[in-house]
This record gives sequence, C-alpha cells and structure tokens, in this order.
Amino acid sequence: MNSLFDKVKSNLIWKSAFRRDYRNNVRDRALAIFGNVFLHLHPVKVRESAVKLRYTWGMGGITFLAFIILTITGVVLMFYYHPTVDQAYSDMKDFEFQVPYGVITRNLHRWGAHFMVIVVMIHMFRVFMTGSYKAPRQFNWGVGVILLVLTFLLSFTGYLLPWDQLGFWAITVGTNMGAATPLLGYQGPFSEYLHITPYNDIRFALLGGARVGGNALLRSYIWHCVAIPLIATILMFVHFWRVRKDGGISRPQNN
Amino acid sequence: MNPFIEIITQPDNIAIVIMVLMVSFFMAWAFQQALHNDKLRATGYAIEGEHDQDVDTFKPLVRIELIISLVVVLGLTIWSIAVDAPLEEIANPTLTPNPAKAPWYFLGLQELLVYFDPWLAGVVLPSLIVVGLLAIPYIDINPKGNGYYTFSERKYSIMIFSFGFFILWLLLIVIGVFDRGPGWLWYWPWQEWDTHRVVFEPTTDLSMLVGIESRSLGGFILGAIVVGAYLIGGMILPYKYWQKKSPELLQQLGMTRYVTIVFLFITMMSVPIKMILRLVFLVKYVWITPWFNV
Repeated sequence: MNSLFDKVKSNLIWKSAFRRDYRNNVRDRALAIFGNVFLHLHPVKVRESAVKLRYTWGMGGITFLAFIILTITGVVLMFYYHPTVDQAYSDMKDFEFQVPYGVITRNLHRWGAHFMVIVVMIHMFRVFMTGSYKAPRQFNWGVGVILLVLTFLLSFTGYLLPWDQLGFWAITVGTNMGAATPLLGYQGPFSEYLHITPYNDIRFALLGGARVGGNALLRSYIWHCVAIPLIATILMFVHFWRVRKDGGISRPQNN
Repeated sequence: MNPFIEIITQPDNIAIVIMVLMVSFFMAWAFQQALHNDKLRATGYAIEGEHDQDVDTFKPLVRIELIISLVVVLGLTIWSIAVDAPLEEIANPTLTPNPAKAPWYFLGLQELLVYFDPWLAGVVLPSLIVVGLLAIPYIDINPKGNGYYTFSERKYSIMIFSFGFFILWLLLIVIGVFDRGPGWLWYWPWQEWDTHRVVFEPTTDLSMLVGIESRSLGGFILGAIVVGAYLIGGMILPYKYWQKKSPELLQQLGMTRYVTIVFLFITMMSVPIKMILRLVFLVKYVWITPWFNV
C-alpha cells in the first residue's frame, strides 16, 4: 500500500499538481497556507484566542459556506429552469419528479437559503457583542451591513422564481411597499407633485411592470442568479481582505 | 392535528423554529461570556486573548473549519432529506391568499404595517435600520469592549442593540409567522385559523381623545405639535440632562454625533410607543395631514 502511495506521489502528473511533500515542520505548515490558493485567505499564523470556537462561533465562515452551497445547488437548478411565466412552474415540477436528486437539490437550496439568513444575523450579533466594529474595523462593519442586506435581497429575489402562489404573493406584498416610497412611489407622500403614476414609479422599475408578471420574473431571475451574487462576491472579497488588513479576528487590545 | 404542532411543523416554519433555538442559544452564550469576562476583570484577572500566543493556522484553524463545514453540510443534508421544500399551486393573480405574507425575514416590517402607514413601515423605517446599522461604528465612541465579550463596559450600547435586534426585529418576525392569521388578526399558535372571523375594533386618532376632530385644522395643528414636541423634545431633553450630568461626554460626542444618535434612538422608540398607543388606546394616527399620516 505504501509503495503504491509512493508511486503515485512520485508520478510526474501528481508532482506537477502538488509541488512539494508535506512534512510537519514550520516551513511546510506555512506553505500549506500560502501555497494554496484557497487557504491563503488565512494568515500563516493566528492568535490562539481567534481560533476559539466560543469567540467567533465560526458564524462568518458558516455564512460563506452557506453561500457556496447555495451557489452550487443554484447552478444545478439553473440548468433546468426557464424564467418565463409559461415554463417556470412546470420546470419546478419537472425538476422534482423527473430529475435525479431534484427534490433534495431544491430542498438544499431552500433550507440553505433560510439557514444563511439566520447565520448572517447571528454573525452580526456576535460582531456587535464583541465590539469588533470598533476601530480599526469600522469600515468592514459597513461592508458587512451591506452584505447582510444583499443576503436578504438574494433570498427575496429567489422567492418569486418557482412561480407558485407563495412566491407570487410574497413578492406582491413586498414590492407593494415600494409603491409607498415618499416622492418616488405612486402611493407615497408628495409623489403627485412629481407626476408619479403606477407606470413610472419605483415599483414599476422593480417589477418591469405595474404588477408581478413575466418581466418581474425575468428581473428577479437576473438579480438572483447574476447581479446580486456578483456584487456580493466582490463585497465578500473586500470583507475578507479587510479582516486581514485590519489586524485579523478582533481581540483585546492591551497586549 | 393540534394547530400548534401544525403551525410549527409547516416546512417553511421549521426554519423559524431553528432560528429561535439558535438565536436563544447564542444569545445565552454571548451574555454568559460577557458576564464571565466582567467578573474576571472585576477581580483583576486577565480575560481570554489578552496574553495569548500565535499558533499555526495549519492545522488548528483549518481543522476546525473542516469539522464545522462537515457538520453544517451534514445538518443541511439531514434537514433536506427530512423536510421537502413546499411548492404551492401555480401563481394565480386573481386568487389572493389570506393572509398574504411577505418572506419571513420581512415579517417584522409587515407587522409594523399594523401600527404605521406603508411609507413609514415599508420604506422609511427599514432604510433607517440600515442607516443606523451603518452608523454604529461612528457614533459609538466608547473605546472599551473592543475584541471581547463584556456587558458592564458597554451597557447602554448593548441594551439598545439588543432591544432592536431581539424585540423589534426577531420577536416581531416570530409574531408575524406564528401569531398572524387571516386578516392579519392575532391568533395564538394553538388557535385554529378562522377566515370568517371579524373583529370590530373601532380605532380613533390621538386628537379625538381630547375631543378635537383629527381631520380638522385643529387636529392637524395638535398632531403637528405632538409629533414636533416628540422630535424636538427628544432632541433637547437628553442634551439638557447630559449637560448637567456629564458635559465632557457631550463634548466628546460633538453635535453631529449627538443629533444622529438621538434621532436614530427616538425613531426606534417611536415603534414601541406607537404600538402601545394603538394596542392600549386604539389610536390609529397621531397626526393626519393632507399628504401623509403618522
């Protein structure tokens, strides 16, 4: 068994992928981090207290993991889905009844989304309770707040896509709020002075129409699958980068 | 089936039950650690992290991350095997469900619609929540409690945040999910929903309580005075109080910070105040104007 292992490891293809062997010494422990594109998100060394589960609860990382799970299951869902009023609902039915593992993939996406909203709120609570938004991390707290809002919006835009009663009416209720926007919504205060009607107000811009229909479905789909994930990914880069640049996981200052 | 079991085992509501359990657990854990650290500090001991060392990221941190990832993936998989995501009837614009609920994380805001008009509940207040969250690092100038759990060193900021997060955000979500039925009427979780139930609850406006027609000029002026007094008094009274009690605090805050903090705080407190007015005194509007109602 060992010799087979050695053979694989001395193979040209293996060696081209994994440049060096791992021996448990300082150099290799460091190389394991910064020689790896995924792990080099981390510093090579961290404070002992920062690794303690009871301090961070791992909530930020769990949120990121949820995002990854949702991206993977979401891409699978996209293969089977047309964002049109005629096809969306029957695509969902097809996905459940015809596609292998369709039900569990959709379940993972749905429950993963609920889970992400829950853990991102708990992450914010943890960061608040440890005072980690204080100097020098003020800016990164702001990035986090925007990411929290984007998480809500990701979930919200995904709600409509199955084109069932639940999503349709939840989005109707939600976007009706837009109509009440002061100045910019047709039911909002002062909007009559700007000649705002149901056909040119902010709700119309959100839905691509005066009611939830095919355009709203397409807009939801693009926001949900392309635009918001792109924005969120960029902000996540900034968020993680700033965690490092602001001195890593927060800890008491006086040492 | 027992209505209570029925409502908490609805597939989408299981997430809310999980949220309640997780939030309660982490709230307890945070405050337990905060009180523990406060005790350590009070008795002169160092708290965790004050004298700690560097450790390698590989493997201690990577190992924890791997284990957590496996636990989360396993948990979500079990959840997804056990419970199927609902798919209701195809969307039908002519058939409005009763109640029509927003996604669960916005139900706190939908709950506010009982107390405020949509432009406040659905637009202004949510925007101010985001603005308020963004402002936190810039208005909280207390340098203590940075990087560890503590309660005694940041009592007020923690109490205000906890009130907003647990009561105004999470509790209202739980109420929206479990206690609101047809017609957005209140149902205890163990009560059966009744779509024919009608509650006759005549509401009044604030000025009616003192006998002034709320849609008259007098009502308009009275409402303006009440709302104005709340905003202006809310600005001035804490200032006077702090001027006496700790002028150096005001000095450190500066005018911009002071106004921002107090504005956000009195806006937040207007929510429970309006709830009490509505629930106890059946007051619908405090101020009726030709353009908007408060």
